[in-house]
Amino acid sequence: MLAGLQCPGYPEAKLSSVSERLPCREGQAGTLLALMGEPEQYCFPSIFIYGHRATGKSHVILTLLKELEVPHAAVSCVECVSAGLLFEQVLLAMFGSESATLLPRSPSLSDFVRIYRQFCAQEPAQQTRYIVLERAELLRDMEANLLPGLLRLQELVDDNVTVILLSEIVWDKFRPNTGCFEPLLLHFPDYTKAELLQILSLDSNPSYSPELYSSYINILLGVFYSVCRDLRELRHLAALNFPKFCEPLEKGEAKESDTHKLWRNIEPHLKRAMQTVYLREVSSVQWEQQQMEEKEATALRGLSAHAHVELPYYSKFLLIAAYLASYNPARTDRRFFLKHHGKIKKTNFLKKHEKTSNHLLGPKPFPLDRLLAIFYSVVDSRVAPTASVFSQISSLVTLQLLTQVGHDDQLDSPKYKCAVSLDFISAISRTVSFDIVRYLYDFL
Amino acid sequence: STTSSILQSYNSQKRTVAVDEYFTDGSDDCGNGRERFNICQTLWEKIKMDTEVLQEELNTKILDSLLDFIKRCTSSFQSRTDDWTSHMRASEIPTAALVLGVNVPDHDVTFQSLSELLRKSVTPFAVSVQAKECAALKNLMQKVLERLMGVGVTLEDDEEDTGIHLPHKKVSCSVSALSQWYKSMMKTRAIKSPDKTGGSENGFSQSPPIIVIFKDFEAFNPRVLQDFILICNRYIQELPFIFIFGIATSPSTIQHMLPHSVSSLLCIELFQSLPCTQHLATVIDKLILTSQFPFKLSSKVLQVLVSIFLYHDFSVRNFVKGLQLALLEHFHSQPLSVLCCGKNEALLYAQKLSHQDVEMVRQLPSFMRYVENREPQEQVHLLTSDEGVREVCQRFLKDLRKYHKNYYPVLKCLHSLTSSLPKYPLGKQVRGLALIRPIYMSTISKTLVHYLLGHVMYRLLAKDELVLSLRKCADILKPDKTKKMKSALQQLENYIAKFEQLDSKYFFFFFFFFFLNSTTNYFKICSSAISLLRSYLTPPELQPLNEVCYYSSSGVLRRHLNATPRTSIQTALSHPFYYLQNESLKTDAGTVSNSAPDICIAYKLHLECGRLINLFDWLEAYATVTSAAEGKDPDSEDFGKVDELKHARFIQAVSELEFLGFVKSTKQKTDHVARLTWGGC
Repeated sequence: MLAGLQCPGYPEAKLSSVSERLPCREGQAGTLLALMGEPEQYCFPSIFIYGHRATGKSHVILTLLKELEVPHAAVSCVECVSAGLLFEQVLLAMFGSESATLLPRSPSLSDFVRIYRQFCAQEPAQQTRYIVLERAELLRDMEANLLPGLLRLQELVDDNVTVILLSEIVWDKFRPNTGCFEPLLLHFPDYTKAELLQILSLDSNPSYSPELYSSYINILLGVFYSVCRDLRELRHLAALNFPKFCEPLEKGEAKESDTHKLWRNIEPHLKRAMQTVYLREVSSVQWEQQQMEEKEATALRGLSAHAHVELPYYSKFLLIAAYLASYNPARTDRRFFLKHHGKIKKTNFLKKHEKTSNHLLGPKPFPLDRLLAIFYSVVDSRVAPTASVFSQISSLVTLQLLTQVGHDDQLDSPKYKCAVSLDFISAISRTVSFDIVRYLYDFL
Repeated sequence: STTSSILQSYNSQKRTVAVDEYFTDGSDDCGNGRERFNICQTLWEKIKMDTEVLQEELNTKILDSLLDFIKRCTSSFQSRTDDWTSHMRASEIPTAALVLGVNVPDHDVTFQSLSELLRKSVTPFAVSVQAKECAALKNLMQKVLERLMGVGVTLEDDEEDTGIHLPHKKVSCSVSALSQWYKSMMKTRAIKSPDKTGGSENGFSQSPPIIVIFKDFEAFNPRVLQDFILICNRYIQELPFIFIFGIATSPSTIQHMLPHSVSSLLCIELFQSLPCTQHLATVIDKLILTSQFPFKLSSKVLQVLVSIFLYHDFSVRNFVKGLQLALLEHFHSQPLSVLCCGKNEALLYAQKLSHQDVEMVRQLPSFMRYVENREPQEQVHLLTSDEGVREVCQRFLKDLRKYHKNYYPVLKCLHSLTSSLPKYPLGKQVRGLALIRPIYMSTISKTLVHYLLGHVMYRLLAKDELVLSLRKCADILKPDKTKKMKSALQQLENYIAKFEQLDSKYFFFFFFFFFLNSTTNYFKICSSAISLLRSYLTPPELQPLNEVCYYSSSGVLRRHLNATPRTSIQTALSHPFYYLQNESLKTDAGTVSNSAPDICIAYKLHLECGRLINLFDWLEAYATVTSAAEGKDPDSEDFGKVDELKHARFIQAVSELEFLGFVKSTKQKTDHVARLTWGGC
């Protein structure tokens, strides 16, 4: 461990308690403290902190601000359905409810700045004020002037204020093309395996020794580290599976020192957890229940096991037609759907760019006319073009089995794409005994 | 006086056309209109109520399990302790994925009873939202908050003020506002009911959950949902949220729509409803394959309704709507349908048949067929004496009732026997439709029955199975109280007893002996079953007076329920006579008269063009045709000349065609329009 965090102007005791609460993030916390400087000193106008999910961005910054009792406002942008809510929450945290009520309906950035200045004049900053905006990437979708304005808020309100943006995305994706004030960038790297082990071992179960828990975490990381480095998720998984790990101990079949025995007991269980509960195929509650009832063999069916969709007869054929239209080149329709197409071999009309499989390229858009033409040739009986055939197409769109491409005039031959997988469509065509593979250009 | 009464009725019609007047103003004046209307109304009320009850019964299982889940979640919210696991576990929002099938319009009923149930027994805070009202996150938030708190929630950027100022102070559209509201609600509740029993006045728990039902999950914008879930998860410690996703396709859509980072915030449990085909089967079983209602559908009509269901929409609601339409049509179009009611009323009406009615009875094909097979003397009597017809009618009505009482149980027996067979000779679906079809349509041939029963016996060599399936039949027949059915049941039970006597411990050893021994029994059963089936399963079309109860115009029903707008438009354009009924428009097939409406002429001319149509050529052709219609001399100077009037009429016709989607302007050539349909020339 480092010698602890050091920063003039803050009490030693608080700093040490902060550094205790931020394991494996001393470096970042130190940098931040250095940037913040002494309480009354001006800080850099805006700081941009980025790093993957659960790498301690919010935790570090909020712990620092709370423990050191620095005036701050923390807002999650996902909650702010409009910029007005963002302003309201910032003002509320900074100056109390009186200021927030002064905001007019649908306030603009300048309203916010005006009210901020008004209150700031009444109570000027004794120490730096901080505005922390979590999930800052959502700011990009709000008014165009909001992000550049916030970045130089210090200048605009003429106050000792710093805006800290937190995001999972790099700054390059934020930069508006009109240019803006460049914030200071600070990266939070992923925790390494050793760091994860250290952090996760901290919250050991009170009824067992810390060493046992630490060895459990070691096994857990051995299974999950390759797929998941999300601290929050790992902690959740650790909690879910710990009872199973302790089972031999509870039953008296093993002692805490029998690490190999314990490992043999838990390892397959964790592997199964990776395929089910980690993917949320099975809910956590169901997983725990199953663990308790010890019904290992009768594994719960996951969500994706129920992929079968029951559709009306013509909807099935419409979907099949849409699939064919999406994955076959339009030129080849003659070959598949005309009775006397003559002998056309695949090589004869193979174009250069079509050598790659259409299935690798994904579905292509097709017009309604083509869909209906294919539909009428694949469906085995004569179908009147009734209103319900057309309404079935739009129901397929709402069920997200088809997607409409472009938002042009509805009357003007709309275009669609088929959004189902080959497995799905094969299952559907089996139910109507239609051999779809025979009609797919890729499998010719 | 007649004119004045006509005027009066005309006036009253103008004021409000009462529904029953559509019945009385028909072509018949026999005065049964109002009675027919009343019978129709009461029947419909009954059918409607029965379907609702049925639907509720079918939903009980899934709703009960859902309710269980919600109660479990609620109690886990309250017993949230400070132990190690709950501290370590990520807080997840309990979520029920309710898979209801692709017939989205049917879901309304389910959701309605679900939210009623929730409000009654779990929480007052249950709201449901639909995708179409939640295009953006703020709309979704607004709807949820509004419905929960029961006040108007202002969106910051609502352009115009609604003008009504609510007495409440402005509530901002955020979950933190909801959280504050929830806390204050709980406080007032705690004051109201200070007892420590845990349950408050309505039997709700101490902190009732907030349930948000997403009715059509697939239709939601994924971004909106993701953000909403993220926000709610931030408040899960303060607000006990529970989500219910109404899913039409399959639960894997959740994973398609929500990334792992969001779906890991949910604790999803799956609930699957009955497949809609089974739902329909029950409805048909309880509403149509029963002697309970005097109104019946002919096999063709039933086939239309079922094929609309199977081929187009999977919607039980639409099926019942179709049934309603058939009912209305029957009572509206068939004057004798007044006899289609309860037994006593029907007999009463039959006694009071007017001369006109009797004439109509004589016109009925089934009655005519009956008369033809009578002795000449009786024929004369039936054709001349009204009283004779009235008497015969009463007898027929009684017979018809008896026939139905026997018909359906036997039908179900046959189905239960054959449904276990491989290859399903009479169709496999429980709905018994496939079964009805061959039986409805033709008399049961002896060979068919032989084949079937031979097959039954052959497949059910295992005696136990045979006894079991015979028992099933006996169960079906049991609730029936008619004499014939009782005797049939008696017979059946005798057989079952005989079979059981054949039982032996050494079944395998004596298998062949048993087979030989029991063949006689097989034959006995065969022949008696054949006679049973033949006597009860005659097609309803052969019953005299069946027209009174059976609605058979399948074409009308199909036209109404499965409309073909394209075909109608094309018919209107190519054969204007079909709709306008003007003699001058009558032409040979494929041609359009000169005097047809402008749009028809323009349509006909455009059919002769290729994909691109030169507007000027089209106008010239149009002018020629209309000049001919005006009767101008083809050799004269100004024949086919385009004047302003013709030009304007032509442009109007073309823009009408554009509106109907036949042509559109194109950028390829400015003076051309593109055709949007194929073929024609």
